[in-house]
Amino acid sequence: MSGYFGSYLVVAILLGTGLAIVAGALLVNRLLRPHRPTPEKLLTYECGVDPVGEGWAQSQVRYYVFTYLYVVFAVDAVFLFPWATVFAAPGFGVTTLVEMFVFLIFIALGILYAWRKRVLTWT
Amino acid sequence: MNPNTGPTLQDFGHDPLWLSIIKALFIFVVLMLGVLFGVWTERKLISRMQHRYGPNRAGKFGLLQSVADGLKMGLKEDITPRTVDKVVYFLAPVIIAVPAFLAFSVMPFGPMVSIFGVKTPLQLTDLPVAVLLVLATASIGVYGIVLAGWGSRSPYAILGGLRSSAQVVSYEIAMGLSFVAVFLAAGTLSTSEIVAKQAGGGTWDVFGLSIPQPSWYAISLLPSFLIYVITMLGETNRVPFDLPEGEGELVGGFHTEYSSSLKFAMFMLGEYINVFTVSGVAITLFLGGWRAPWPISIWEGANTGWWPMLWFFIKLVLVFAFFVWVRASLPRVRYDQLMAFGWKVLIPLNLAWILLYATLKALRLPEVDRAFVLTIGAFVVVGGLAIWFRFDTLLQRRREAKAAQIEEEFEQLREEPEAGGFPVPPLDLPHYHGVLPAAQASTAVKEVTSGSN
Repeated sequence: MSGYFGSYLVVAILLGTGLAIVAGALLVNRLLRPHRPTPEKLLTYECGVDPVGEGWAQSQVRYYVFTYLYVVFAVDAVFLFPWATVFAAPGFGVTTLVEMFVFLIFIALGILYAWRKRVLTWT
Repeated sequence: MNPNTGPTLQDFGHDPLWLSIIKALFIFVVLMLGVLFGVWTERKLISRMQHRYGPNRAGKFGLLQSVADGLKMGLKEDITPRTVDKVVYFLAPVIIAVPAFLAFSVMPFGPMVSIFGVKTPLQLTDLPVAVLLVLATASIGVYGIVLAGWGSRSPYAILGGLRSSAQVVSYEIAMGLSFVAVFLAAGTLSTSEIVAKQAGGGTWDVFGLSIPQPSWYAISLLPSFLIYVITMLGETNRVPFDLPEGEGELVGGFHTEYSSSLKFAMFMLGEYINVFTVSGVAITLFLGGWRAPWPISIWEGANTGWWPMLWFFIKLVLVFAFFVWVRASLPRVRYDQLMAFGWKVLIPLNLAWILLYATLKALRLPEVDRAFVLTIGAFVVVGGLAIWFRFDTLLQRRREAKAAQIEEEFEQLREEPEAGGFPVPPLDLPHYHGVLPAAQASTAVKEVTSGSN
């Protein structure tokens, strides 16, 4: 267990252990629990009143726009992290700083545009 | 820097397999017990803050309450509603619970110790991009929330799921950005090295006494820390940002259709482990990690051997107590305010702070032309202020116009209550005597009970 991917292998082991424990718990649960369904029990609960119509509700398109914004900023963060790590290393310095200023200004323009288009306002 | 700064990246990846398995099992046991007694601690603490006893029936001081609840959840009938998407409905709690454990694989508990003759760090593993792994596992949890809402085929569940995922991704951005200043200061993404960087920050000499300067990033990077504290509450759906479970609006949110079975317990488990994870990240990145705080760190042996694990867990309990304290003190915020706060305040502030901190740091680099950096800085500040003033006056004007319009509408409604146009019953129905046209206000109105006309 050495080398660069050795560390990731350990993460994979932890993932495997987690899956095993959760799956085991669900399996034991399945064996132990009673199972006596009735039509009333199998209705969706919703708010306690008998459900009417289809299960899915229409929802705001705004959630969808937020996921777009999320993608933009997640990519932004992915660029920021390596930049932050090498920033103070010799050979980088001011050029790196100015580049990041320019990049962040572009990103900030994006959020300003969304702001201007009233995407961030809920009502 | 102290000689005992603890392990670096080179110390990882040499563990034999059995040791990795022991460490992984240890993490599981700690987290499981942590959840059991964390729930108890939270209930006990919050009830004390609200002048009541809290759980006190099962076991001494109610200590076994969570164990009893867990057993009940494991043994009770599991109802899967007829209309749900069976596969997605089953997978969602698993997707939430399993990755929640992963973040703890990079959490540093202590320095190098010897376990059965093998020198090893008290940390399962460390990666050059460890903090990114924590963020990634947090993102996978969002899938669980969305799928739980989607698979339940219930309006409240799907609304709760969408709401929750939008909230979590928004606060995750602000959270990721609040880490950047830490990476700038530490120059690495590896958790053990970030802890090592917080080992010592020089001393202040006051009247011959040398007081160690605070080396925690919570103090030297205070804006980042404050933003992180807010985002960690939002990221884990805790009060005051517990909108996904706003029971007055959404019943139970995304897990409405999961009756209190083991699947529901998985959601609880994931939620509590996420709380521990963000607390652990707060400790590692901002509160000095496993290193002892100042009065204890005078003692030579405080940061060696197994002691640091104690300091880490004391800090974890304190941060968790902070979560409970916030829960007891603050009301829930409104959803539009929550999103507006995340996107319009936290993220722009964060970006500005990163740029400010990077500029300050660039000034301290030896090979840098200071005049040039200062010129650029001044240029950006002036530009930012100009944009701000432009927007500020614009917003002010818009706000005044809106207020005038609302005032006008109120005036009209006072004169003729039925002019509102909202789909509400007319305000001048016979049995309703709340609002009267100004002209009739003086004449006596006989009350007619509801439903009698």
